[in-house]
Amino acid sequence: MTSYVLDTLAALEAESIHILREAAAQARSPVLLYSIGKDSSVLLHLARKAFAPAPLPFPLLHVDTTWKFREMISFRDRTAKELDLRLLVHTSARGVAEGIHPVEHGAQHYTRVMKTEALKEALDLHRFDVAIGGARRDEEMSRAKERVFSVRDRHHQWDPRRQRPELWNLWSARAGEGESVRVFPLSSWTELDVWLYILVEKIPVVPLYFAAPRPVVERGGTLLMLDDDRLGLLPGEAPETRMVRFRTLGCWPLTGAVESTAASVEEVVLELVGAHRSERQGRLIDHDESGSMELKKREGYF
Amino acid sequence: MSGLPLDFSLLVDGLKAEREQGITIDVAYRYFGTPRRKFIIADAPGHEQYTRNMATAASACDLAVLLVDARLGVARQTRRHAFIASLLGIRHLVVAVNKMDLVGWDRDVFERIREEFTGFAARLESPDVTFLPLSALTGENVVRKGGSAPWYQGPPLLEHLETVHVASDRNLVDLRLPVQSVLRGPDGSRASAGTIASGIVRVGDEVTVLPSLLTSRVTRILGPSGDLAEAFAPMAVAVSLEDEVDVGRGDVLSHPGNLPSLSRDVEAMLVWMDGRPLERGRPYQLRIGTSTSGATVSALRYGIDVTTLRRVPADSLGPNEIGRAALTLTRAVPHDPYARNRSMGALVLEDPADHRILAAGMVLATQPALRETRPAGPRRSSLVSPAERERLLGQRPVTVWLTGLAASGKSSIAFGLERRLVDGGHTASVLDGTALRHGISQDLGFGPDDRTSAVLRAAEVARILNDAGLVAIVALVSPLAADRQLARDVVGAARFVEVHCAASLAACEARDADEVYARARRGELGPFPGVTSPYEPPDSPDLRLPTGEIGLEEAIDRVVRVLERRGDLSPAR
Repeated sequence: MTSYVLDTLAALEAESIHILREAAAQARSPVLLYSIGKDSSVLLHLARKAFAPAPLPFPLLHVDTTWKFREMISFRDRTAKELDLRLLVHTSARGVAEGIHPVEHGAQHYTRVMKTEALKEALDLHRFDVAIGGARRDEEMSRAKERVFSVRDRHHQWDPRRQRPELWNLWSARAGEGESVRVFPLSSWTELDVWLYILVEKIPVVPLYFAAPRPVVERGGTLLMLDDDRLGLLPGEAPETRMVRFRTLGCWPLTGAVESTAASVEEVVLELVGAHRSERQGRLIDHDESGSMELKKREGYF
Repeated sequence: MSGLPLDFSLLVDGLKAEREQGITIDVAYRYFGTPRRKFIIADAPGHEQYTRNMATAASACDLAVLLVDARLGVARQTRRHAFIASLLGIRHLVVAVNKMDLVGWDRDVFERIREEFTGFAARLESPDVTFLPLSALTGENVVRKGGSAPWYQGPPLLEHLETVHVASDRNLVDLRLPVQSVLRGPDGSRASAGTIASGIVRVGDEVTVLPSLLTSRVTRILGPSGDLAEAFAPMAVAVSLEDEVDVGRGDVLSHPGNLPSLSRDVEAMLVWMDGRPLERGRPYQLRIGTSTSGATVSALRYGIDVTTLRRVPADSLGPNEIGRAALTLTRAVPHDPYARNRSMGALVLEDPADHRILAAGMVLATQPALRETRPAGPRRSSLVSPAERERLLGQRPVTVWLTGLAASGKSSIAFGLERRLVDGGHTASVLDGTALRHGISQDLGFGPDDRTSAVLRAAEVARILNDAGLVAIVALVSPLAADRQLARDVVGAARFVEVHCAASLAACEARDADEVYARARRGELGPFPGVTSPYEPPDSPDLRLPTGEIGLEEAIDRVVRVLERRGDLSPAR
């Protein structure tokens, strides 16, 4: 006897598929922003479901800052190859030429050039009008008001006052001349939903999400993993091996690890059920100024 | 998970602009879960100018919690919120009477608020209203029950939210699958991808494609995790059809015996959202489901004052204003009434240039009487403007609609009013029910459908008189509120003045010279309003005349005063 009721994950899955199909159907030239993290893994998984039996109707775009964890890059290339995806990788030529360093030049400047500017460059280069990303509303306070379909002006900037009311599921991926739209199919998902879905659907994610002994150094209360020798140790700092994992993955010198013994998806879920802290607390770039995430969004940061 | 989930401070603010202004300016979404249910809170600020935010949040919700301050009672704002929630089809309302600790958990205070709200809510369409006394400050009755209100037998708020049955709100009867796109497999096969808006679809079902009305059979349903034998709302699926019928984005699949409406004429309640007001005749873009069409507002029936819930004349709608409109589309689009099918009856109007949202709309069930066959081809319009006629006749055309029981004084007042207006230099004409029954309505009987037709014909003639610049005075029992609404729609709300001749049944019978009541009671006249069939008095007429108590001249005086106050008899130059 069928009850004709969808459980939470099935309802979220259906909503996300609906959003992905709307974005693709309405866009002239859509792209999926692929950041290699768990949300991107879920987004990619949902996109493949949304368009089966057809192939993905859009390419993936990864903005490579050259400071991503090596494990992330190998996971990205393996995924693209196994799933036969069109993957575009873009790096800021200016950032490389100027040798912009996340610590030496400050997180803010680094993020602007290597992430925000690079993303805008790539979107302009390929003339994408709709960019689909994996951001969730529960990640951070200013994202609670982010639209599922979010309008950006010709400079890719976000103005809270210019956002459209969202009525029912009548989203529009169309915008005015020169404007573009960011689409967030995972808006209604929580971090726990994402992990439960990864568990149920057996979705591959970067192994850095699971606890393992890793070389770390403690700096300003944050555990930084030393992915190569570009960071440079401060006086008094000594690398040590600790059992850590990551709740969120970004550029390695800017992403704090958490001490944990959760070494599998099941254990991560159990750990999360007891967690209260915001997952972005490991992101140093959010802490440099009041309302910093909102500022970055206004500038065009994904 | 064990902490108090309803930390209201978490629900406010977010953006820097708001922090600077000290107010919340937009809808924010918060998430929390209990072991029993997952919640998404759409936090909509309640300032007067933000009706659009309320509507936006309500469009995504199953239930609305209205906080009422126990010390202040049902505020204007609460009424507005309840109305908007009801307008957007929210079926469950919780009236949380907060700050009960500040009134000593006085049961009388709670009951008074309950009574006040219930009286108001009788005019709304949210069937399920629950009342809860609580204190957000002390937490009593929020998550746990306390001992302060032993007279309250119900559950605390959270338990109520966890257990309200919302699944049955879904429509599993009418299959509607709006097609988002057509997917082509590597083998060349085609599948229609979309989210089931309502109903259930099974492999082997016969389906009709709208608007082409081609019929086919479902050969395959692909769900998110593979093939399915059946699928239901709100699942996202891809459906394959036999013999590759032509299907595209914007089409709707349904069962052949149960099709949505397909027309270019749509009646809808609009919540206007854009800073630039509604303009009749201006080209907009309309979206319902996955369909898109050009659209114009061909008529604005009336506006609604969101505080009093009264209908008000409206020539346009500005931001945060609500009104009923007739839309004309450039192509026929499948749709259903919003009350029956949220996904198929929800629409938005967009600016065709930059796609910003201008209005949210809810499709209304159209009265069959209004949808009779219409002639093809455009309607020619007069070369004489209403303003010219007003200047010529020194009056603004209006329809005075006198409703009331038989022998309540309608005809006497109508003819007396006509005499008075003409004596004053105006041009007026009476449409008397009895006379119409001998003329254009002589083919009609007294059953409900025929009564509706009689009302409509009177209204159509009144409109023609008004279009010619004349004051029309209609004297017609018109016992049903729905029929009078139709009349109002036909005439146009701005020109419609409803006058209730409110004499008691006993008073009417007492002065019944023609003995119609005696004959009605003997069963000689069929259904007779007030005796053997209902008479629904108007809730909020423009004027109520106690004709059992006042004389004819006084009654006429009062009608004239209403017309003078409206400015109909001395139009602005």
